[in-house]
Amino acid sequence: MPSASQLSQVFGLPLYLDLSALWFVLVGILFVGYAVLDGFDLGAGTLHLLARSDHDRRLILNAIGPIWDGNEVWLVTGGGALFAAFPLVYASVFSGLYLPCMVLLLALIFRAVAIEFRSKEPWKWWRNFWDLSFCLSSTAVGFLLGVILGNLAQGLPLDAQGNIRIGFFELLTPYPVLVGLLTVVLFTMHGANYLILKLEGPLAEQARFWAQNAIIAFIILYAMVTGYTLLYLPHLAAPFRAFPFLNVLPLITLFVIANIPRELNQHRPMLSFLSSCGAIVMLLLLFGVGMFPNLVYAIPPGPLNLTIHNACSTTKTLSIMLLIAFIGMPIVAAYTISIYYIFRGKVKLDSTSY
Amino acid sequence: MDTETLSRIQFAATIAFHYFYPPISIGLGLMLVFMEGLYLKTGEKIWHQMAHFWTRIFGLVFAMGTATGIVMEFQFGTNWATYSRFVGDVFGSALASEGIFAFMLEAGFLSILLFGWNRVSKKTHFFATCMVCLGAHFSAIWIVVANSWMQTPAGFHLEIRGERFPANYPLRVEDIPHARAVIEDFWAMVFNPSSVDRLTHTVLGAWLTGAFLVASVSSYFFLRRRHLEIARRGLRLALPFAAVVSLLQFLSAHSTAKGVAANQPAKLAAMEGIYKTEAAAPLTAIGWVDEKNERTIGLKLPGMLSFLVHGKIESSVKGLKEFPPQDRPKVQPVFQLFHLMVACAFAMAGLAFVGTALLFQDRLFSPNFAPSRWLLLALVPAVLLPHIAGQAGWFVAELGRQPWIVYGLLRTSQGFSEVVSANQVLTSLILFSMVYALLFALFIYLLNRKIHHGPDEDHLPKHDGGIPARANA
Repeated sequence: MPSASQLSQVFGLPLYLDLSALWFVLVGILFVGYAVLDGFDLGAGTLHLLARSDHDRRLILNAIGPIWDGNEVWLVTGGGALFAAFPLVYASVFSGLYLPCMVLLLALIFRAVAIEFRSKEPWKWWRNFWDLSFCLSSTAVGFLLGVILGNLAQGLPLDAQGNIRIGFFELLTPYPVLVGLLTVVLFTMHGANYLILKLEGPLAEQARFWAQNAIIAFIILYAMVTGYTLLYLPHLAAPFRAFPFLNVLPLITLFVIANIPRELNQHRPMLSFLSSCGAIVMLLLLFGVGMFPNLVYAIPPGPLNLTIHNACSTTKTLSIMLLIAFIGMPIVAAYTISIYYIFRGKVKLDSTSY
Repeated sequence: MDTETLSRIQFAATIAFHYFYPPISIGLGLMLVFMEGLYLKTGEKIWHQMAHFWTRIFGLVFAMGTATGIVMEFQFGTNWATYSRFVGDVFGSALASEGIFAFMLEAGFLSILLFGWNRVSKKTHFFATCMVCLGAHFSAIWIVVANSWMQTPAGFHLEIRGERFPANYPLRVEDIPHARAVIEDFWAMVFNPSSVDRLTHTVLGAWLTGAFLVASVSSYFFLRRRHLEIARRGLRLALPFAAVVSLLQFLSAHSTAKGVAANQPAKLAAMEGIYKTEAAAPLTAIGWVDEKNERTIGLKLPGMLSFLVHGKIESSVKGLKEFPPQDRPKVQPVFQLFHLMVACAFAMAGLAFVGTALLFQDRLFSPNFAPSRWLLLALVPAVLLPHIAGQAGWFVAELGRQPWIVYGLLRTSQGFSEVVSANQVLTSLILFSMVYALLFALFIYLLNRKIHHGPDEDHLPKHDGGIPARANA
C-alpha cells in the first residue's frame, strides 16, 4: 500500500498533505468540538451567578445538565489523540506549563462536582458555595485554555530536547492573557446564546441581554488580539501573506461574528447560536492556519519549533489511529446527535434534575 | 523530596483516589443492566424502583469518577514527560481509543440513564443503560491494556536517534532523550502477554465491587426493616452473582499469577517474599519480610507456591537474589498488600457462598435464624472488601513493577518530567490532597444520605406503556 506522502506526491498535492498533517486537522477537530460544545457549558457557568434566584440558577444548571459531561469528554479524547499523534507536544506542553495545567485540572474537577453537588442540599450557604465554585471554575477553564493557546502561538523557550523551562508568571504575558480573556468572553457569549435556546420567559430575555453585552466585549477583545497578533506576532500572519487566498478566512470570520448580533436582534436564537458556533470554528481555524505546520512556536520561531513532522508518531501509529478515528467518530457523532435530540427543547425541572 | 518521588506520590494518590469510583461504575452498571432487564422481562415495578434508586447512586459515583479521571489523562504529560515521549507511539493510541470508544459512549448515554426516565421508552432506557455499562467495560479494556503494556511490553521495537534497534536492546542513559518505542504490531501490543489475564482480573474485581455494594445496602435495609422487598431482591440478585464471580476470580488470579511468574519473576518473588531460588518454594499464609537479612518469616505451606505456579511441587521458583539489588521492587509492601488482597478475596468468597447457601435454603430472610442475621450484619461493612482488595492489588501490580516504569526497558527514575521542579509538584500534590479530602468527605456524606433516603416507594414510571412522555411538547 502506498504511504500517504507517496499518494500526495502522485496526485501533485503539497507534501504537507500527509498523515501528520491529517492528524493536525483531526486533533484540531477534536479541540474545536470541545470548544463549541463545552464552550457553552463553560459560558453558562460564567453567567450562572448573574441569575439571582435559586430557581433560575437551577434552570441554568439543568440547561447544560444532561450534556456537559459528554461535552467534556471531547477534551479528554483530544488529549488522548494529542498523546497518540504528537507525543512530543503532549509531553513538552503539559510538563512545561505544569502549574497552569494543574490549575486547569482542578478547575475541571471543581466544575464537575459543583454541578453534581449543588442542588443536593437546600442550605443557602451550600448552594452559594457551589454556585460560586461553578462560576469561578468555568471561567478559569476558559481563561487557562486561552492562556495556553496564547503561549503556544506567541512562542515558548524550547530547547533541543523539546523541554520548556519557564516560570508560572512568565506565562502570563500580555498576549496570552488577552487570548485568555477573549476565550472567556467568547464562551460567555456562546453560553448566553445557548441559554436563550433552552430558557423561557424573563430568564430567556435576560440571557439575550447577556448575549448582547458579551458580544460587544468580545468584539473589542477580538480587535485587540488581532491587532496585537498583526503587530507583534508576524509569524502567525505569515501564511496569510504567503497564500493571499487564505485572507478570505478572516473575512468570513468577521461576517459570522457580525451575524450574531444581527440574529439576536431579529429574535432568531437558533441562528444566533449557530453563528456563535461558527465564530468559534472560524477563530480556531484561523489559529490553526497561523500555526500550521507548527504545534508550538519556539522563541524565536525557528528550527526548534515543535512541528507536525518533528513531534509526531510513526506513520504506522498514525494510520492505526486513523482507522480508529474512522470507526469511532461516526458512531460518536450518531449518538451525540440523538442525545441532543432527546434533550431538545426548553428546560423543565423534575425529580431527576440537578 | 525530589521531583521523581513527589511525582510518584502524586500519581499514586490521584489514581488510588480515582480508582475508588470506576469499579463501582463497572460493577453497579452491570447490576443496573440486570435490574432493568428484569424489569423489562417481568414487568414488575419493583425492579424499576430498584433501578431508579441505584441509578441515583450511580450518577453520584460516575460524576466523581469523571471529575477525578480527567487528571489521569493529562498526568502522563505533566509529570512523566520523558516517559510520554518514549512510549507515546505505542501507549498513546490505547489512551486515545479509550477516549473515543469508551468515554464518549459512557458519558453520552449516561444522560439518558440519569435524566431520560420520562423522555424515552423503557426499552430505549434499557439500551442506554447497556451502553453505559459497555462503555465502562471498554474503558477498563483500554486502560488495562495500556498498563499491561507497561508490565509486559510487546509489539514494538526501539528507535534510537532514528535508527532501529530490537525491543530487548539495553538502553543506555545517554540514549534515553533520543530513544522511543515504536509500534510494530498493534494487536501484539493490545494482546501483550499480561493484558487478557489482568483485564479479566480487573473486571471481575469490579463486578464484585458492584455486587457487594448492592448486597451491603440491601442487608442494611433488611436489618433496619426498611424497603424489605427491595432488600430481598437486591440480595437475591447480588449474592449468587458474587459467589459465581468470586469463584471465577480465583481462577483468574491463578492464571494472572502464573503470568507474573513467567513474565515478571521479580514481582512474583516479592509477592511471596522469596529470596532464594529453591525447589518446592513455600506459600506464606501470613508473614513478615525481614528485608535486612533477606528472608521471610511466617506461616508457610511448603511447596505450595511451586505447585500453584508450575503445577509441580518440586519445581523451583526464582528468588529475588537472582536480581541485582537495583532491579528489585520493595518487598515488604508488595508482600503485605498481596496477602491483604488474598485475605479479602477469601472473605468475599466466604460471605458470598454462605449467603447463597442460606438463600437457597430459604433461611436468609428468616428473622430468628441467627447465622443469617450475623451474615447480614457482616455484609454491611463487607462493601469495603472489594475496594481494599482492588487498591491493594493495584499497588502490588505497580510497586511490584518497580524500579521499572516500562518493565525491563525504562526505569521510573528515567521517566519523570525534568523541567518540573519539586516545589511545583509539592504545590500540586498539596492542592490535590486538600481537594480530594474535601471531595471524599462530601461524597461519603451524600452517598450516605442517598442510601438513608432509600428508594422512593411510590416512585413509579409516569408512563408505563412505553410511550415517551416529553416535558416539552
